[in-house]
Amino acid sequence: MRVKFKIYRYQPEVREEPYFDTFEFDAEPTDRILDGLNHIRWQLDGTLVLRRSCQHGICGSDAMRINGVNRLACKVLIGDVGARITIEPLMGFNVIKDLVVDMDDFFDQYRSVLPYMITEQPPPEAERLQSPAEQEVYDDTTKCILCAACTTACPSFWSNRDFVGPAAIVQAHRFIFDSRDEGTDERLEVLGERDGVWRCRTIFNCTEACPRDIKITRAIGEVKKAIALKGA
Amino acid sequence: MSTHVHTYDALVVGGGGAGLMAAVYLTRQPGLRTAVLSKLYPTRSHTGTAQGGISASLGNMEEEKDSWEWHAFDTVKGGDYLGDQDAIEIMCREAPEVVYDLEHMGLPFSRTDDGKIAQRRFGGHTRNYGESLVRRSCYAADRTGHMILQTLYQQSIKHGVRFFDEFQVVDLLIDDGECRGAVALELRTGDLHVFRSKALVFATGGYGRIWEITSNAITLTGDGLFVSARCGVPLEDMEFFQFHPTGIWKLGILITEGVRGEGGILRNSEGERFMERYAPSLKDLASRDVVSRAIYKEIRAGRGIDGKRYVHLDATHLGADVIEKKLPEIADFCRTYLGIDPVTDPMPVQPTAHYAMGGIPTDIQGAVLAMDGSVIRGLYAAGECACVSVHGANRLGANSLLDLVVFGRRAGMAMADHCEAAELLPVGDDPAGRARADLERLWATAGKDGEKAAEIRREMSELMMSNVSVFRTEELLIEAKQKLAELKERADRIAIDDPSRAFNLDLTEAWETQGMVALAQVITECALNRTESRGAHSREDFPDRDDENWLKHTLAVLRDGTVEIGYKPVSFTRFEPMERVY
Repeated sequence: MRVKFKIYRYQPEVREEPYFDTFEFDAEPTDRILDGLNHIRWQLDGTLVLRRSCQHGICGSDAMRINGVNRLACKVLIGDVGARITIEPLMGFNVIKDLVVDMDDFFDQYRSVLPYMITEQPPPEAERLQSPAEQEVYDDTTKCILCAACTTACPSFWSNRDFVGPAAIVQAHRFIFDSRDEGTDERLEVLGERDGVWRCRTIFNCTEACPRDIKITRAIGEVKKAIALKGA
Repeated sequence: MSTHVHTYDALVVGGGGAGLMAAVYLTRQPGLRTAVLSKLYPTRSHTGTAQGGISASLGNMEEEKDSWEWHAFDTVKGGDYLGDQDAIEIMCREAPEVVYDLEHMGLPFSRTDDGKIAQRRFGGHTRNYGESLVRRSCYAADRTGHMILQTLYQQSIKHGVRFFDEFQVVDLLIDDGECRGAVALELRTGDLHVFRSKALVFATGGYGRIWEITSNAITLTGDGLFVSARCGVPLEDMEFFQFHPTGIWKLGILITEGVRGEGGILRNSEGERFMERYAPSLKDLASRDVVSRAIYKEIRAGRGIDGKRYVHLDATHLGADVIEKKLPEIADFCRTYLGIDPVTDPMPVQPTAHYAMGGIPTDIQGAVLAMDGSVIRGLYAAGECACVSVHGANRLGANSLLDLVVFGRRAGMAMADHCEAAELLPVGDDPAGRARADLERLWATAGKDGEKAAEIRREMSELMMSNVSVFRTEELLIEAKQKLAELKERADRIAIDDPSRAFNLDLTEAWETQGMVALAQVITECALNRTESRGAHSREDFPDRDDENWLKHTLAVLRDGTVEIGYKPVSFTRFEPMERVY
């Protein structure tokens, strides 16, 4: 099929203002959007820049706006979005070049929720026991690949970049509800602050944007409830 | 081109499983300054795509006894007796300890009903020295690698590791047989950075991108091997590269061996479970080289599905519950990329270039060895870019995640000890000089006429797929050697499009392409040299294993564009070579 890619370009060394470039070529409906972008880079214009690595939806490098929706370019087939495709960088981060955005603040917010196992008790010699039912409680949020599709789909984040954002809350959820972890109080304190979970207005954009189908809004709701219960 | 200088005690190059494990253990030494350099954000590393599991003889499943000696035997046999048995014993003995270590760090392993780490069957892992399959692979659904990578990144943050994200290493500083640091390109600015260090570990991963059909990320271009080889570091056993039997047809994306571990079956166009003919005992769970060859033979015999170059992996009899609970990622891949549902449809699969058994030679502490067997002081390697060698001529499934945590940890601890005693060594006046010259030469080609890196990559990967893959012959290898020499010349004349400094992907891909062509030459030369069939190296003109002449490791050194070959003995402890039947 004949496809037309309209792509956001920002090349600060050459041109001050961002602009759109259009590329037309033949593609298979089963090609990924990323295949289309690679085709452009390798055949038509080597100056186009994006992040990419595993190409099958696990590494989280290539989140971008595809026809206005946050998706991973490697997990969307051209046939599924049609012949006219608009590609833009994630919203709410500074653009470094073309589709490459500055992720520093995103990872800082991730770090702010203490995203690691905190335990006081020394571990036993073998594994700590955890039942399948105990694991089920946080299993969904362990799937997060930190692609930032959720955070940059969130209107609350767009209007306030200090908001910790859905991705960081997902990462906190994964530990808060892990029966082995003992850092819940510290994390709930961080997330109960002004730019924590209460900035979430339950808009569900994050859940829709997640390429891993994590029920993010629900996870945020569970964290809100845990904070409320702790306060009570 | 601005150049910056940094000084650390320990430097980790690569932010995947091996690198982060080394970093975590380096932070346990108080006062040590450690930094991790990665050309990606570390959580993008390819460890994250490993699916099926990490092997350890825990014996957690319903009183099913297991032992590290059985694991060691399976690993030795799986590697067709080329693996170094001292290193294999260490890996299998330390396996339960490192798996518990990961659990203590918070890794969410799947669990048994009584709350222990759950385990599943994997190819070639048996009880009592080959008697029957054993459940030895510890897993977190089918995202075990993702959970290992996430957990180790979390721990690195917890322990304050300094990260230099999106810094691509382009040169190594070795002088007088001692490593003094590395040179990296900061992708965001295009500046060069000299990192001086007392100890440096390469954990840069594999190079599956040399082949057309591969499970490997687009970033797996063998940078660490190329950079080392250019500094005269030998490469070991490069002729041994694993083709995983079940990649998604045409895409190469991996379908975990866990599918077969849970009971999935390979079928040809006649619906026949053909592995019964090739491996009567372990069938679909024979080791990977055996299964990949069987698939190639079925396809050659005209029994590919619809006469095409693939067979079916059938999991339809496992039921929706097993697939959704234990193999959810696989189900997602099939639905996304193939528009099929593994619950009701068989999956189209073909062998896919997957894993390098060879790499930078190290001892059991991860210290890199020179051609004469001496240690290159201050230089370490771990994970897929290294060759200890625990995988010999063919790696068993679930042994790579194990390798990278065991030897990543050992390298980290050895580096910490080394840093205690060692002094920071001086570097020359312009340590970034060579790297700067290389990159400026490429930059100067921007917009000029020349060869296109993408075209060279395409030709190289197709050539390697047809001539240097599952089956090899002298004729195919000589043809590959000649064509690679031409590709090498053309790679020297690459011209890029992008003149800019910041995030010049065009430039880094061109540089990686030059490196991959050089590695492809080494691989082909080593494959031509080894006139026997062993593990993943299958010469149709020399179909038998030849222990009398070839029970030895290959060492290859790049010198002025030519490949010099030497050898190294295999270490034996308790397992004598036997005929390898599954």
